[in-house]
Amino acid sequence: MNALLNWFEQRIPVMRVANMHAIQYPAPVNMNFWYVFGFLATIVLVNQIVTGVWLTMNFEPSAERAFASVEYIMREVDYGWLIRYMHSTGASAFFIVVYMHMFRGMIYGSYQKPRELLWVFGMLIYLALMAEAFMGYVLPWGQMSYWGAQVIVSLFSAIPVIGPDLVVWIQGDYVISGATLNRFFALHVIALPLVIVILVFLHIIALHEVGSNNPDGIAIKHKKGSLSEEEKTNYEIHEYYTSKYDIADDVVPFFPHIVLKDLVAFSIFLAGFAYVMFFAPEMGGKFLEHPNFEIANPLKTPAHIFPVWYFTPFYAILKAVPDKLFGVLTMFGAIGALFALPWLDRGNVRSWRYRSGLHKWNLIVFAIVFIFLGYLGGTPQENWKIIASQIATVMYFGFFGLLWIYSKNEKTKPVPTRIR
Amino acid sequence: MSNVSVDAKQPASDNQPENTNRRKFLTVATSVIGGIGAVGAAVPFVASWNPSAKAKAAGADVEVDISGIAPGQLIRVMWRSKPVWVVRRTPELLSSLEAHEDQLRDPNSENEQQPSFAQNRYRSLKDEYLVLVGICTHLGCSPQHLAEGAFAEYAEGVAEGFFCPCHGSKFDMAGRVFAGVPAPLNLVVPPYQYLDDNTLLIGSEA
Repeated sequence: MNALLNWFEQRIPVMRVANMHAIQYPAPVNMNFWYVFGFLATIVLVNQIVTGVWLTMNFEPSAERAFASVEYIMREVDYGWLIRYMHSTGASAFFIVVYMHMFRGMIYGSYQKPRELLWVFGMLIYLALMAEAFMGYVLPWGQMSYWGAQVIVSLFSAIPVIGPDLVVWIQGDYVISGATLNRFFALHVIALPLVIVILVFLHIIALHEVGSNNPDGIAIKHKKGSLSEEEKTNYEIHEYYTSKYDIADDVVPFFPHIVLKDLVAFSIFLAGFAYVMFFAPEMGGKFLEHPNFEIANPLKTPAHIFPVWYFTPFYAILKAVPDKLFGVLTMFGAIGALFALPWLDRGNVRSWRYRSGLHKWNLIVFAIVFIFLGYLGGTPQENWKIIASQIATVMYFGFFGLLWIYSKNEKTKPVPTRIR
Repeated sequence: MSNVSVDAKQPASDNQPENTNRRKFLTVATSVIGGIGAVGAAVPFVASWNPSAKAKAAGADVEVDISGIAPGQLIRVMWRSKPVWVVRRTPELLSSLEAHEDQLRDPNSENEQQPSFAQNRYRSLKDEYLVLVGICTHLGCSPQHLAEGAFAEYAEGVAEGFFCPCHGSKFDMAGRVFAGVPAPLNLVVPPYQYLDDNTLLIGSEA
């Protein structure tokens, strides 16, 4: 057996990679429940790929056949309904865990130096995921697929000079049509999944290079020679890390310790996932919107057009601005501001545990404003909501502005040098 | 750097090129030529996203002969699978358009539902001819043309207009929506131009 493993090891570095990235990877011992969402996101990604491959086996990407082939999957393919609901529930689950994962990064300052690029890779995944989800939602070719696509694609028409031609180029026709559906299918099942998988790979490589952050936001890697033997961890840590740093007795190996904790979270997550999938796959019209059970009709606009819930905060921002081009810019600016977070936060204390009360409130208010924007963007338009979404939009950007101002000379608490 | 010298005349220890300019030139030249090649290779991939010949044919501009339209008459033509109305409006009708502007939601056509040339009271290029996409801006039904006083039943003092039988939206003879109906916007004016006095081209501006 050993001989066989050695034969492989000499030809491909299986054990070296497993040791470096799992069995001997130093993970901070104080990682709490906020640290399960990266793992869950990976699981959901695998779910989306597997169920997605199975769905393509029966889906027909044409304006004439798409809607009927989804019905065929739901009614006539053995377990087709299950695979489709795994995929549609998985899409919403993906955004739930990704939003939690992002907020974790924000409260514990996981975007701060030296993790800026790690954060940027994460944001790129988020961006690719939004494109992936949007195009996936067009495929069933229901009313909301069609009109949602209409609204999103026409955003590009706001671009001066080239806008209208760009829209025709994206659509491959003068209106959203079968040509659009077909190319969205190609992007949804081949191009974007490849991009996402590559970005996830880079995200993890970057993470392991700089090391995992933790709820205290303090380093577990110390300058070589700065720790006594008693202060160093007794666990066997990969030489890649120990040759450059002294690793404090604040770590456990990622496998099995962290993985086992993640598996507990996974089983809880799975219970919730299965509940939604079996008993509420439409989630009251939030995960699968009711107008989408009617085939796309270019001559009939639904009474209310909303994107799926995970886009509604940005949709509210778009609608809050009366000018079309400025609205589009503001919406993309809302995502751009997140990209710039590592440079907008000028503080050097990471975790909100040791930062000012103002910072804690700023984060909490930001989370509430984001959810409120989601509510505003996902419910029928009313007059008070226009003002409300304008205030909420200002507050959304206010988070970043305030952070930039107070983080320069923030009154922080003393930060411990060690976790335990 | 390899220790192997390509030039046999040079001693093996001296592997620095005598003239780095030559190497720099080759690097730049190769990059530029390669870059041009990459751009060239991208052309078919970018261009294949354009509307196909079939889509172009289906979405082509439509020529309409308007010489036969009697005053007050409405004709329908198909453009990109949508009904387009062409109405020859009488001078009396044109002069009546101002009177009911206080009943309209967007009398000055501030919402971009028309090409810029049609942002006027008559919402047209030549006052006489009205060109509209005949689809209600509410839920996409096709409104009816009510003439000779039939429209007054729905809008007091307005003799002629468009009435949508689905949800009761009302539009005047410039396609402007009345206030207090479900449709939020004026009817769409498609891009069009006159090829000559008798021929209209729907689908593109001059």
